[in-house]
Amino acid sequence: MNFKHKYLFLLPGFIVLLGILIFPIGFTVRLSLSSWDSFFPGLDFIGLENYTRLFTDDPRFWESFQRLSFMSVITVFLQYTIGFALAHMVWKEIKFQRFFRVLFLIPMMTTPVIMTVIWKTVFHESLGPVNDFFSLFGVTPLWLSSEALSKVTVIIVEVWQWTPFMFLLLLAGLLSLPKEPFLAASIDGAGPIRKFVYVTFPLMAPISIGAIIIRLIEASKIMDTVYVLTSGGPGTSSETSSFYIFIKGLREFQFGYSAALSLTYLIIMIISLTIIAKMLVKLMIRN
Amino acid sequence: MKKMIKISTLTVTASLIAVAAQADKWSDQFPHIKNTGDIAGECSYESMSKKDYSGQKLTINTHAVPVIGEPTALHAEQFSKLTGAEVNVIHTPAGDLYSKAMVPFQAGQAPYDIVFGFSNFIRDWKQYLQPVPAKYVNMRQMQDVTQSHIDVNSWDGEMIQFPIDGDRHYLKYRKDVIDNPEYQAKYKAETGNELRIPQTWKEYGEMASFFNGWDWDNDGELEYGSAEVMKKDDLMFAAFFSRSVAYAKNPRVPGGYFFDLESMEPLINGPGFVEALTDWVEATKYVPPGGINFGLGDEINSFGGGQTLFSFSWDDAFVAAMQDDSPIKNKVGAAPLPGSDRVWNRSSGAWENEYNQAPYIVWGWTAAVAKASKNQDVAFDYLCFFANDANHQADIAIGRFGVNPFKKSDFVPELYVERQGWDPEIAKQYADTLMEMEEGSTNRVFPLRVPGVFQFNSAIATATSKALAGQLSPQEALDEAAADWKKIVKRIGADTIREAYAIGVALEDNL
Repeated sequence: MNFKHKYLFLLPGFIVLLGILIFPIGFTVRLSLSSWDSFFPGLDFIGLENYTRLFTDDPRFWESFQRLSFMSVITVFLQYTIGFALAHMVWKEIKFQRFFRVLFLIPMMTTPVIMTVIWKTVFHESLGPVNDFFSLFGVTPLWLSSEALSKVTVIIVEVWQWTPFMFLLLLAGLLSLPKEPFLAASIDGAGPIRKFVYVTFPLMAPISIGAIIIRLIEASKIMDTVYVLTSGGPGTSSETSSFYIFIKGLREFQFGYSAALSLTYLIIMIISLTIIAKMLVKLMIRN
Repeated sequence: MKKMIKISTLTVTASLIAVAAQADKWSDQFPHIKNTGDIAGECSYESMSKKDYSGQKLTINTHAVPVIGEPTALHAEQFSKLTGAEVNVIHTPAGDLYSKAMVPFQAGQAPYDIVFGFSNFIRDWKQYLQPVPAKYVNMRQMQDVTQSHIDVNSWDGEMIQFPIDGDRHYLKYRKDVIDNPEYQAKYKAETGNELRIPQTWKEYGEMASFFNGWDWDNDGELEYGSAEVMKKDDLMFAAFFSRSVAYAKNPRVPGGYFFDLESMEPLINGPGFVEALTDWVEATKYVPPGGINFGLGDEINSFGGGQTLFSFSWDDAFVAAMQDDSPIKNKVGAAPLPGSDRVWNRSSGAWENEYNQAPYIVWGWTAAVAKASKNQDVAFDYLCFFANDANHQADIAIGRFGVNPFKKSDFVPELYVERQGWDPEIAKQYADTLMEMEEGSTNRVFPLRVPGVFQFNSAIATATSKALAGQLSPQEALDEAAADWKKIVKRIGADTIREAYAIGVALEDNL
């Protein structure tokens, strides 16, 4: 049989892949080897100068990466814990089960930027309702203008917005679990806590790992929440890597350097997430 | 003879009635100009109605609503009705205005006929912009623009950007508090000093601290000392420079304020700037809760809503405070930025114990026509219409529009008394303050307008915000900014930056 025409069938997919993946990455690599900025537009060639600058003369990027790691780990941990608890709550037959399942999904269905603007108003230190409540107790926390609390506020908004995603994945996982292990556990006299620890949680491990990895990938790109809430401030206390890359690229117009930042960041994330995934498999499945 | 006088009187009366009839005709159709009606000129409503731009399309990139975005859209709608042109207005957040135009400029594309931005974009943008034709430069409405704003919109003597807004930073204060005899006595008794319009930043700080955190206007709410633009990247570096000019702009030391023009060494970590940042860090104690995160909009609402004693920045907060719906209308005053009792002399390396004050002719909104635009005539006519006398007088009365005085005729107090119901004393004080900054001072600082201006501004914003957040001391913060500035100069090239910076220095040194 003649299979030469198979390449014709592969061609549309390949063109799409080229357009949305291969060319942009290739162009970014090339851009990272140039000094393109507002004054020197164009693809000149400066070798690895941008990378040298990044690794020897840009502590701000590494600080922002450290900050991002901290915020994304805390955020995903909270999303997983709360999402699992909510999924577990509506997994079994309870009153208004369908209503709760829809209610818990609402935050994820809203537009993130719009909701962040609303949250900013809510957390406004002078005029927002949160501090109106806290002022009854004589305190006015500086949600957006304190070094520590600004990170907490970003985390709160992210958790509110994306816990439903965890909830959805974990609920789907729970609904797909076989019933037999639970029946066996009941026969053996296991209570709800032992059932959860020895049956539910281990069975949910593969889905949990998938959900955590997906959320870690997304959380590592925290940008719009920071942009709207704090602009990375006060100072640089809530500045994340992606926000820093945005400043370098689109505020300061240092396209070449921000391309180098983006590629380095991508490589670090690929390596980190691969290691984290392996660790999670070892922790949650093999143990 | 009597017959001749009667005929002349009838003719003049008929002319006046005709003008009035026309004014009513346009203000009936366009209520925005109801206070003045149409004002005759080359770009008036009447003149524009005679143009036929049917079938022609303009695309404008402007700021988000309301500041500048709202008047852009309003005048686009008016222009479209008058001329038949199709005008498409795109709104962009302030932080993205530069890149949104620059990316297509550098790519050789022309998605926008008109781009709005800040006037300090000029050095990076000018090669992509069409200079303003002589026809518009010589028009009566352009001759009315103050020299400072002609300079801000020009490069090396050529007008590149079209003046549509005027900007400077000045002090705004609660007149009902500063002039209150009871508070004057209380302040004197507790501090030993006079309660008056602050002449120095130290006085500003002392008064703001005194009036911080209690209900001094008896409205049942706590009030605070000062509302300032402190949020990182939200124009806050302009607020820092406003505080620093009194300490660092020495009228006896020419040759640069941001850099030493000869060596291109940054000057921003000198003692004058450090003193200003030290004051500013202290200010975080007398701003409202969350004041360190105030952007320009928050500052306008805070001072304009009666929350603070002082503010300083662009006109918008003052105009908002003087609008009919403001709770503090006719209770605010305008004054030059506070000065300092000493100014740094970088040549001698010592402080000079003399009173110093310097206006900061801060960059403001501007608009320009893209060189690649295929509708340049229509575009310039739109900008001319935007800034015509009737539109301009209506725009400057609306605080949220962000259009502030920049024409000599704007500084006539009666304009504000008759058209906007301002108290005559306040109107005179406002007009005198602005006019003095425009025409009266020779110790001015102009905005930095060099290649890569955003890199310099971003560095100073990051550093000063770190000091405000307590991450670094003022000296450490400004040393970090100066180090960043040196790297930027090295990357772009000292000669390239010097060439551009020299143009601004020539204005500052009154050459």
